Order: sequence, then C-alpha cells, then structure tokens
Amino acid sequence: MTIEAIPPALYIFLAGMLMPFFRGSWRLLPVLLAPALLLALIWTAAPGDQLTLQALGMEIIPYRITTAGRLFATVFAIMLATGGIFALKTANTAELAAATIYGGAAIGATLSGDLISLFVYWEIMAVASTMVLWAAGTEKAWRASFRYALVHFMGGVILMAGITGHILETGSAEFTAMQADSIARWLILIGFLINAGAPPFSAWLPDAYPEASPSGTVFLSAFTTKTAVFVLLMGFPGESMLIWIGLYMVFYGIIYALLENDMRRILAYSIINQVGFMVTGIGIGTEMALNGAAAHAFAHIIYKGLLLMSAGVVLHRTGMRKCTDLGGLFRTMPVTTILGIIGALAISAFPFTSGFVTKSMISQAAADQGLAWAWFLLAAASAGVFLHAGIKFPWFVFFQKDSGLRPKDAPAEMKTAMYIFAFLCIAIGIYPAPLYAALPFSADYVPYTASHLVFQFQLLLFAGLAFFLMLPLMKRTLTITLDFDWFYRRFMTALAREFSLRGGLIRQRSIDAAMKRLYRFQATLERTHGPQGIIARTWPIGSTVLWVALLLGIYVLVYYL
Amino acid sequence: MNARTKTASPKAPDPGSDHWLVRPATIRLLWIIFSVMLALSVLADFFVEHHPKFGIDGTFGFAAWYGLVTCIAMVLFAKLLGIFLKREDTYYDD
Repeated sequence: MTIEAIPPALYIFLAGMLMPFFRGSWRLLPVLLAPALLLALIWTAAPGDQLTLQALGMEIIPYRITTAGRLFATVFAIMLATGGIFALKTANTAELAAATIYGGAAIGATLSGDLISLFVYWEIMAVASTMVLWAAGTEKAWRASFRYALVHFMGGVILMAGITGHILETGSAEFTAMQADSIARWLILIGFLINAGAPPFSAWLPDAYPEASPSGTVFLSAFTTKTAVFVLLMGFPGESMLIWIGLYMVFYGIIYALLENDMRRILAYSIINQVGFMVTGIGIGTEMALNGAAAHAFAHIIYKGLLLMSAGVVLHRTGMRKCTDLGGLFRTMPVTTILGIIGALAISAFPFTSGFVTKSMISQAAADQGLAWAWFLLAAASAGVFLHAGIKFPWFVFFQKDSGLRPKDAPAEMKTAMYIFAFLCIAIGIYPAPLYAALPFSADYVPYTASHLVFQFQLLLFAGLAFFLMLPLMKRTLTITLDFDWFYRRFMTALAREFSLRGGLIRQRSIDAAMKRLYRFQATLERTHGPQGIIARTWPIGSTVLWVALLLGIYVLVYYL
Repeated sequence: MNARTKTASPKAPDPGSDHWLVRPATIRLLWIIFSVMLALSVLADFFVEHHPKFGIDGTFGFAAWYGLVTCIAMVLFAKLLGIFLKREDTYYDD
C-alpha cells in the first residue's frame, strides 16, 4: 500500500544533527527519543506499506516495510539507544552525532525499496562510520580511517556500477531478489560482500574497528556488516556460492582471533566469524536458513555489542587493550566480568542464551538440505567460537594472570547499557517466541529439545577442555598476523616507492640529457652568434664595401650571361 | 584514564591472601566440577535419542569428541599459520 510519510530514517538523521545542541545528560533526549519514535512508526505500519516517488524518470521507494527490514531496523534502533547510553558520558559530541547518523543510515538501508535509495544510505553509512573513527582523535585511528574509507568507497563504486548496469538491463530500480547471472548483478553482489567483510577484503574490519573509541567500536560493530547481511538476505537468497564464502569467513575469524593479542581485535575477527554463519545461512536459502540468518543477526548485534562494551570498559579504565598487559581484572571489575561472560556465552550459543536459539536454525537448515560438509564445518565452527571468543576473550582479559591492575568497575551509564544487553541476551534465549514471530518466514523451530541441549553441552564443554589443554600453545605474544591488507599497506606502497624511485631516476636522466643537448645548442649558438661569433662579429666598413662590390660584380656577371 | 586505584603488591607469596577464586584449592575444585560436567554430558547420550543425518554424527558422544578434536585441530592450524604470518605488532608503525 502506498502511504504518505517521511522516511523514518530522517528522524534519526535529525537527532544526529541536533546532538551538538544537547549537553551532558540532556543528550539522552535525542539518543532515546529518536529510536523510540522510529520503533513506533515501523511497528504501526504493515509489511508492504511503501512511499513511492517519481524521480530521475524512475520509481524511487525510499521507505518500504518488509518483515526482514523491520526486524533489522528494530535491532539497529535498540543498538542506537543502548549504545548511546553507553557512550553518554565518555563519547565526544562528534562521535555521538556521527554514530547516530550512521545508525540512521543503516536503518534507512533496511527500509529501502529500491537500489538508488539503498545506495544513498549505503554511502552515508560509509562517511558517517569514517567520522566515528575520526572522533577517536588518535593518529592510529586517523590512518586506519583512511584505509577503511578507501575500501568502502571502492565497494561503493563497484556497487554503483552494478546498480547502473542492473537498471539498464531491467529498466527498474526496485530492490528484489536477484541472481548473480550478469556482470551488473555480480558487481552488486561484490559490493554487498565487501561490506560484509567477505574475503579477500576482510581485513578492513579488524584493522579499523579496534582503533575507534571505547563506545565508537560498539557502534561500528553493529551496523555496516549487518546491513550487508540484510541486503544479501533480500538480494541474493539461496546463492549457493555464499555457503562457501560464509564458511571461509567463519574459519578465517576463528583462526585469526586465536592468533590475536589485542582484545578488541579478537572481537573484531569474531564479527567476521559470526557474519560468516549468517552468510552461510543466506547461501543455503531455505526459509529455515534465512530465518536463522536474520535471527542470528538480531542476536549477534546484542551480544557483540555487550562483549565490545565490556572490552570498552576495560580500555576506558586501564587504557590498555593487549592480552599480554591485561589479566586478573575480575577482582575489581566483577560486574563487567560477569556481564562480559554473559555476552561470551551468548556468542558461543550456550543453552539459555540468545545464540542458542538463533544459530542452531542455520545448522538445522544445513542438515535438512543434506549439506553434510556445511553441517560438519558449522558444528566445528560452533566449537571454535567458544574457543576464540567464548573463553579466550574473558579468560585473557579478566582472569589469566594477575596483571597487577586494579581498575574501578564500569561507570553507571556503561553498566546500565551492559545490563540492558545482558538482559536481552538471556531473555531471547529463554523466551525466543517474540523474536521468532518477527522473522521473515513463519518459524516452526523448537530449539529446546533434549538432543539439541546435550549436543550443545558436549560440544562447548569439550571445546572448553581443548582450550585449557592447549593453553600453553595459546600463550599471547606481542604480534599481529598478516592479512590481505598487507597488499595495500606494504606491497603496494613498496611498489609505489619503487616506482617513484625508478620513475624519478628516469626523469632525472632525461632531464640531464635534455640539459646537455640544450647546453650544446647554446654553445653552438654562442660560437656563431656570440660576441666572438662569426655572425655577430663587428665588420670593418672596408670589408663590407668589398663584399657589396663583389656581390654586385657577381650579379652583373650573371645578368649578362 | 588513570584509574588504577591501587596496584597489587608484587610479592604475594601466601596463596591464602589472594582472591579466593585463584587459590590452588579452588582451582582444583573447579577442575573436579568441570570433569564431572564433561562426564555427565557424555553419559547423557545413553538417555537421549539423537537424530543423526550423516552417519558418524550418530556415534556415541559425537559432539564431545568432535568438538575436542576440531578445536585442537584449529589451535594447531592457527599455530602453523602463525609461523608464516606472525609479525611484531609494531610491523606497520613507521
């Protein structure tokens, strides 16, 4: 049904732009009211409601309600409000304003009915998220933000090229399910996948996100990758190639997180791991799998936000982020420790947490479709999640050794935000019905069976056993692990340096040669035209007369011949 | 930022003086509890009917041994990859 309405994302933009006019706790006003208004608007509209405009000779649908879009917009709004509470006292105005607009753009993208609106929101997201990084105000964040922007603007150009081609082929800009069957739609898929953190461009995420402020990383973790999950879910459901891309991401995240020393980079790698589960689900493409991907995205934003909040508190209180510097913080930070552990259990899909009731739908779909490889790899990956995020993060940050640090526990507003997310992690786990009711397809999935419970307990407990058995091999070192970004941070710069060196040499040589020729020419000129030159010499009057007489004589001679 | 209220005394020879959670007795107790839970989770396979789809996922204690083996494999693979790809964390700082 066509409706007359302002696209609700614009209210969030407005809140972001008004943010500088609010000080201190007054910032709660835009932080809470805008998401609340948005939730009220999208939940009073019905799926299929849309706003249609005529522009550029095409039908533009900047606002359309779909069940999946509404689900993603809802969790984005929850994230904006809770993240805003977390950031209330510590984030600067620029960060909070940029983060709000960033979240608003993500919401706008999930409520877009056509590819052009989607692209506009997509690019606002890229710019606003770069500004969230800038707001951290450090040299490292500044440099990382440029690498981040580079990848996303490149992704944007690829996406735009694809959209243009798609519109030329089909004559419509409407955003519907597609297949990667032409160059244009391949480009769209690649543009989407770059934002999802798919290979080879995964490194932008662990490179950039951990450089943001404690609250900035919380915002960043939620929007870009999950918007990419949403557009893949709407645009390319059942694209079987996504199964393998997703499985690669799952294991990439685990392996790199296992090698990582920086607590927030561990969690950043684990975002790619979790998005990998969702991408795999989208690739499987059955109703169960798509429901699983959507539900998992919803749960993921909350527990990942919680995990990064607990890491943010540690960073805020100690100024440290490396596992080698941290440890033993549970003594003075019991609340942060316990809430962080709840997030860690949820990401590991521990029974009675949100991950348990969402991730298992994807595995179930793989089993139902007889995809043996996918199922076995997903099961191994579920164990691996507990290994790299579920235990590794809390163990090395809060337990491990006594680092001697005795920081205070989280400030009140950060605690509040973490309590909200921890509550949601457990509430969704115990009572998943409302979430299931909001999924794109009607879900008849029962997560709590004896078989599933025993399976999950066995898997996770023995993954835990593996962790403690292998602990000597997990000793943290002051290292990073090379990734694809090496190509643009080292190889390309080395290539550019070599090019400019050799190019400069060639330039110098050709300049030298040209100058030498010029000097030789000048010398010749000087010889003939210089003060002593044959042309420029002053001629005595007598010899001139002689020459004139000679010429006249020759003339007369020639005349008479 | 500087919120370190008090630094730990570097000398803590008396294990009883540290937090109860890190005393050797507690850790031993935690290992015992953990072992019991491991055993219980596997023994539960006697009482629960699974619905295996692919054959070996129906073996006794499948999730237990599969989780343990795959996790050890992942740690070892990460270790192996680390030999080639690990660099000082100042590698990109110049």
